This record gives sequence, structure tokens and C-alpha cells, in this order.
Amino acid sequence: MNSLSARSALMQGARDTLPMMIGAAPFGTIFGTFAIAMGLSPTVTLAMSALVFAGSSQFIAISLLGTGAALPVIWFTTLVVNLRHMLYSATLLPYARHWSLAWRGSLAFWLTDETFAVVEHRLRTHGAQAGQWYWLGSSLAMYFNWLIWTLAGVLLGRAVPNLAHWGLDFAMVGTFSAIVAPQLKRFPYLMAAIAAGSVALLARGLPYKLDLMLAAAAGIAAGMLSQAKEMPR
Amino acid sequence: MTNWWMILGMLLVTQAARTSFLVFGGKVTFPDWLNRGLHFVPVAVLTALIVPMALAPQGRIDVSPHNAYLLGTLVSIAIALPRGKILPAIMLSFCVYGLVRWLI
Repeated sequence: MNSLSARSALMQGARDTLPMMIGAAPFGTIFGTFAIAMGLSPTVTLAMSALVFAGSSQFIAISLLGTGAALPVIWFTTLVVNLRHMLYSATLLPYARHWSLAWRGSLAFWLTDETFAVVEHRLRTHGAQAGQWYWLGSSLAMYFNWLIWTLAGVLLGRAVPNLAHWGLDFAMVGTFSAIVAPQLKRFPYLMAAIAAGSVALLARGLPYKLDLMLAAAAGIAAGMLSQAKEMPR
Repeated sequence: MTNWWMILGMLLVTQAARTSFLVFGGKVTFPDWLNRGLHFVPVAVLTALIVPMALAPQGRIDVSPHNAYLLGTLVSIAIALPRGKILPAIMLSFCVYGLVRWLI
């Protein structure tokens, strides 16, 4: 492949990811501000965005840290929340199978919901030709976007002292409920939310955040059961 | 130091999921039930985090106009639900939360 088509695929990947970047901007900013307000240092906050690079689990980890959760609890919750990336990894493998290990390893590192959505569509409609460059373009665009907006949040958090007293723990609740709400129009997802919410409320305060795990399991089960009911036999 | 351990562990488990198939993947295919189950993980986990904080921010269930968390959450859902307007929903929920906290 010549370098021109590689470069144009790279740029195309970044361009097609632009709407996702705009969507991620406020979350990055809120995350950075939230982390500073919860007492994390700017270095740790930026390192988390640079190394973990998984928005919702970063939010959850910091709020768990705030409630005094132990590290294994935070790690396990992160695993559960990010398990869906395994699905993305499996879905994209058929296109990437013949690429070098260096390519597959790097692209896997940057695999997010947003890049998955953009790249999966491209590979399905255009095939794997120059696909790794397109994918890299999307990955780098999301990555630097996330770092820049985290930094913006860190600066905001530093500029406004005592932000924690403003009740920044609401940041997570307000943000997550807006993300979840549009999905509730589909019946199985509504059932999943109702089951998870009810169990979380009833089981709240169990040790090791078992309440969260029980609630997640109940939500997944309720969603799958109502989906099975919905499907034609 | 604890925070660095936290990040290291999160890095490892997240990368385990991301690299699973792309790096180590072979012929394994997902059973259908697992495939369907994973789609419900984000909704289930996020709702499980939101509901206790919205309905019982102090540990006790509090369904009253004094509960700023609940009012903010309701506003967020009401705006985001119909047409997926997520950003306005977040902004307005923050405003309502702040206003209720300031008034009470």
C-alpha cells in the first residue's frame, strides 16, 4: 500500500470520529474536575486518562475511591464495566487477523465504544483495505481528545477551589442518568434498569460493593429474560 | 501510592478485555447468551450506581422536594429520554441540583 492512501485513511478515520469527540468533550472535562474535587492530584488524574482510557470506569473508580472502597473492589468493578470491550475485540478480529501483532496490540489498547462504532461501520462497509490506518486515525483522535478535555477539567478544578463542597458527587449521577435515559425506550433495557435499580436500592451498603455486583447481575438477567420474551419463537 | 496501584490494576483489567481477541484471539466464538448479556452491562451498572444516590443520598430513602439529587436526576432523565439530548440534560440537571442545594 502506498503512503498516500495510508495517510488519507488515517485522516478519514479521525474526521469520521469528530462527532464522537465532541460528545466526549464534556465528559472529559467533568471527569477532570470531579477527580480534582475528590482529592486526586493532577498527575494521577491525567495518568488515569492516559493509561486506563475508559470514561465510565474512570468516573466509577473515583466515586468508589471516595466511598472508601478497597482496591480489589475497584479493579473488579472496572473489569465488569469494561467487559463489553471483549465483545468489540472479538467483533473486529476477523478484519484484523492478518495484521501484525504490533498493529493489533496498539489498536486494542485504544479500543473504546466510540472508536468501535466508527471503525466497525467502516470495515463492514469498505472492507479491511487500509483499515488499520483508518482505525489508528480514529483511535488517536479519541485519545488526544480525551487527554485534552481531562486537562481542561483538571485546570478548571484547580481554578475553582472547594469544588468538592458544591456537591460534585452529583456530577456522576447527572451525567450517567443522561447517558442511560435514551436507552430506556427499548423494553428489555428498561427492564434491566428497573431490576438493577431496585436491587441496588434494597441491597445498598453491603460490604465489598456486593450490592453493585448483585444489582448488575439482576439487571443483566432481567434484560435477557425480557428480550427472550420479546423475540418471536 | 494507592492511586497508582488503582490505575495499574484498572489498566490491566481493561487491557485484558480489549486485547483478549485482537491479540490472543483465535477460534473462540462467543456463545449467544454471553453476547446478548454483555449488551446489558452498561445500563445495569450505571443504573445500579445512580438509583441509590438519587433516592437515598444520605443512606435513608428520601423522596421529597428537599432531595436535590433526586430532582436533578429526574430533570436529567426527562430531558435525555425523548430525543437523546444528553448534553442539555446534563447541564440542566447540574443547574437544578445547584439551585435546590442553594435554596435549602
